[in-house]
Amino acid sequence: MHIFMTIQVRFFASLREQIGIADTQLEASAALTVIQVWQQTTGQSTLPANILMAVNMDYVAAEQPVADGDEVAFFPPVTGG
Amino acid sequence: MMHIKILDQAFEPYAQLQGYQASLSAEARGFGATSVFVGTMRDFNQGVQVQRMVLEHYPGMTEKELSRIASEAEQKWEILDGLILHRVGEITPPDSIVLVAIWSRHRLDAFEACRYIMEALKSRAPFWKKEALDTGERWLDKNTAGYK
Repeated sequence: MHIFMTIQVRFFASLREQIGIADTQLEASAALTVIQVWQQTTGQSTLPANILMAVNMDYVAAEQPVADGDEVAFFPPVTGG
Repeated sequence: MMHIKILDQAFEPYAQLQGYQASLSAEARGFGATSVFVGTMRDFNQGVQVQRMVLEHYPGMTEKELSRIASEAEQKWEILDGLILHRVGEITPPDSIVLVAIWSRHRLDAFEACRYIMEALKSRAPFWKKEALDTGERWLDKNTAGYK
């Protein structure tokens, strides 16, 4: 396949343990949104309830498009402070 | 411009405050009000004993989100200076977890900005707590609401 873009994908906390992946690289031959990055890296069609998403360390919605070189992160509700 | 720091070692919040206040700029030394919040780890949560916990974070995004929260507060209130410290890594009771301090001319700005930053940190800054109990480990699933 012709590689159109490479995306860094990261999972944190309980989600990292459930998915079994901390960091991975996704190579894509067509434009992708965040939810499609989720589907292609986890093999799961839907996002678990309450999951938060970020592109390049900014919060985004699932329909956000991603670009070559982006870092996409998925994580559970935050519990700091 | 507030100072934001993620710490992987125990810190003494009152020594940090004293040191930071001594280093304030000439303009910031015109403060008349300081509001401080310190969050401390307890040895008891949700009905059970907690031995220790691990605080995970998303390096880079944590600082970015905290900077955004600090800028929002600076736009809403008149702030002379601020300090935000947050622990990560393995923590045992009664370690300090978080410190938010705001210096302003008047109390309204100090109180409101400190509260705003703390509540925004609790709901937006990417930190996660995993507690070690007598019976095993558990991730906290969400923070409780701060505003009633």
